Amino acid sequence: MKLTLRIWRQASPEAKGKMQKYVLDDVEPDMSFLEMLDVLNEKLVMDDKDPVSFDHDCREGICGSCAMVINGTAHGPQKNTTTCQLHMRHFSDGDTIDIEPWRARAFPVVKDLVTDRSALDEIIKSGGYISVNTGSAPEAHAIPVDKVSADDAFDAATCIGCGACVAACPNGSSMLFTAAKVTHLGLLPQGQPERATRAMNMLAKQDELDFGGCTNVGACHEVCPKGIPLASIAQLNHDVLGATLTGARSD
Amino acid sequence: MVITPQRNIVSRTWGTSVGKKSVMAVTGGIFLLYVIAHMIGNLKIFFGIQAFDAYSQHLREIGEAIFGYEGVLWIIRLVLTVSVVLHMWAAFSLWARAKKARPIGYQHRQSWQGSYAARTMRWGGVIIALFVIWHILDLTTGTVNPLGGDDSAYMKLVASFDRWYVALFYVLAVVALGFHIRHGLWSAIQTFGQNSALKQNALKTFSFVVAAVITIGFAIVPLSVMFGLVG
Repeated sequence: MKLTLRIWRQASPEAKGKMQKYVLDDVEPDMSFLEMLDVLNEKLVMDDKDPVSFDHDCREGICGSCAMVINGTAHGPQKNTTTCQLHMRHFSDGDTIDIEPWRARAFPVVKDLVTDRSALDEIIKSGGYISVNTGSAPEAHAIPVDKVSADDAFDAATCIGCGACVAACPNGSSMLFTAAKVTHLGLLPQGQPERATRAMNMLAKQDELDFGGCTNVGACHEVCPKGIPLASIAQLNHDVLGATLTGARSD
Repeated sequence: MVITPQRNIVSRTWGTSVGKKSVMAVTGGIFLLYVIAHMIGNLKIFFGIQAFDAYSQHLREIGEAIFGYEGVLWIIRLVLTVSVVLHMWAAFSLWARAKKARPIGYQHRQSWQGSYAARTMRWGGVIIALFVIWHILDLTTGTVNPLGGDDSAYMKLVASFDRWYVALFYVLAVVALGFHIRHGLWSAIQTFGQNSALKQNALKTFSFVVAAVITIGFAIVPLSVMFGLVG
């Protein structure tokens, strides 16, 4: 396959970036998208040029590192798939592919396609946990959990924190991410003591970090590699409004 | 022990993006109930001039014994005005937040994922607001109505919609209203936390049906005047 790539190149956070064109002549349909970029980078290094920086780690769709908007869609054209699990057979010979970083004020570009997504860590720190004493772990089956809650909590827990929801959201909102964490912990018995303040604090942090507000567009769910349901956001709204009405407080 | 002062419920609500959305959901719900009542009232046009004008007169006389002439009508107008101010205030605030959240956009035009109605909420809302201003000047005060303010409600309506461009503008506005309700109703239910993965399709269908009924219920009036069924 012969492909024309247009990739966002930006040397540093302050530098002005632009789309740069590259032509690759020998792309195998069985390559993953990242392997295709590896081939490009190999070529660039051989030519003594600066390789394209991009985040990647596990390359098996579970670490949430690979973050790129491919032809206007976060993680590219295949549904429920991270960029690393996307294969070149989904493109055709002669295609032009635009590759850009996640775009959000809360995700500043570090270099090329690499963005700083520690804003998501800040949201987790503000409430995405349960407080338990370490030491003697209780017997896991001692606390019964009904099947539906267990399944829904597990679905939400599959969120890998890649940030595609933010990248796709017309409002630049991290609502699906925050909602996934709130749903995951809020449906389980162990998450109950901090449930109200968790939802409130995580939303407050998200607002503070300059993420946009949710308008239930649903683009987040469309691009989410884990298919986190849009209804998780209802769970977050439910907990936040409950906490707002009752004036739940953590101190 | 340090006790941090608790903010009151108003600042707690207005202080978060979800709180602002809940204000939009409540005020939107008020509009929806009003619009349904308004639509049912409008359909009296098909029962003739007497039925329609009597309805218009009745609106002014509801609860007269307690609230006086036009008392209830002015209470409704006050509630709607407060609602529209809060609804737009919250909307513009969230709009500004969204603009701020993505200072640099994408080079490749984003494919339209998610709901079309959702993406037209803001400009659709602006169109509806402009329409409402025209609508009040036309059929309530009569300022821009060919017959002026004092004629019968039925005659004013027919005279107004006899201008094809007014009827067309009205139809476009109620289509915009339909889109707004289609997303707004579902979105309000989601904001109140009443959605689930199982119920989502049913709720979206419900919102679509409500929006379609309201759009048709309103559009049928100017169309009937345009095509001479009412005159």
